[in-house]
Amino acid sequence: MILEMSYDITGGDFAAAGEAATKIKRALKQIGVDAQTTRRAAIIAYEAEMNIIIHAYRGTLQARVSPEGIEILAEDEGPGIPDIELAMQEGYSTAPEKIREMGFGAGMGLPNMKKFSDEFHITSEVGKGTRVRAVVSSSTALIMNGSEV
Amino acid sequence: MKLREVRDILEAEVLVGEDKLDEDVPRACGCDLMSDVLAFTMERSLLLTGLTNAQVIRTAEMNDLSAVVFVRGKKPCEEIIEMARERGIPLFWTRYPLYEACGRLYQAGLKGHVC
Repeated sequence: MILEMSYDITGGDFAAAGEAATKIKRALKQIGVDAQTTRRAAIIAYEAEMNIIIHAYRGTLQARVSPEGIEILAEDEGPGIPDIELAMQEGYSTAPEKIREMGFGAGMGLPNMKKFSDEFHITSEVGKGTRVRAVVSSSTALIMNGSEV
Repeated sequence: MKLREVRDILEAEVLVGEDKLDEDVPRACGCDLMSDVLAFTMERSLLLTGLTNAQVIRTAEMNDLSAVVFVRGKKPCEEIIEMARERGIPLFWTRYPLYEACGRLYQAGLKGHVC
């Protein structure tokens, strides 16, 4: 493991929305992960963080950097998702109007996370919470400090 | 297109980035939905938007955007301007609505990106 980060996220804390993803992005940049990989991981982390803030009570956002790639893990305690297939459809959203005014909640979060991932897994239990694991693999160009790792 | 030209064409006020007016933007997009900006916009794009909240600045940072233009005369609050200043993201403010602002830039040669 090259780098591991973990941040606590509080549901409903819109003022802090994006702070954890920002820290993850800056750390990836700092250790020399290439711009394209950093951008993909940052977008996944940002959408995951928004999802926890919008839908859950609390959760954690983790990023793990290894020679294999960047793993983003978002785990929350919340209402869970009754129908994951439906939630994965572009445009399907249960977010309230307030969230839409912020430029989110249009049913693009989970599809976006999948789009920018090489591996994407989501599991959820109604009444307990949701777990999302996304990997941006090094085979799609994780170059560190100018050389492949 | 240089940011200076963007400013002139849109008759915009520079809120952040007077020192970056000679930087080039390769393409632009007009959008109020930040999730769509994240999904469909290429890095280094110029974003034109009517949203003025913190998520616009976050989205610009996550997506490596070049600069942000706030349209329809909507000015962000000082806190948002400060966020952009800290991150080195140029901000512009124009009275033109989104369609008109995009049209003027496109006509002057700044293209978009077709997914």
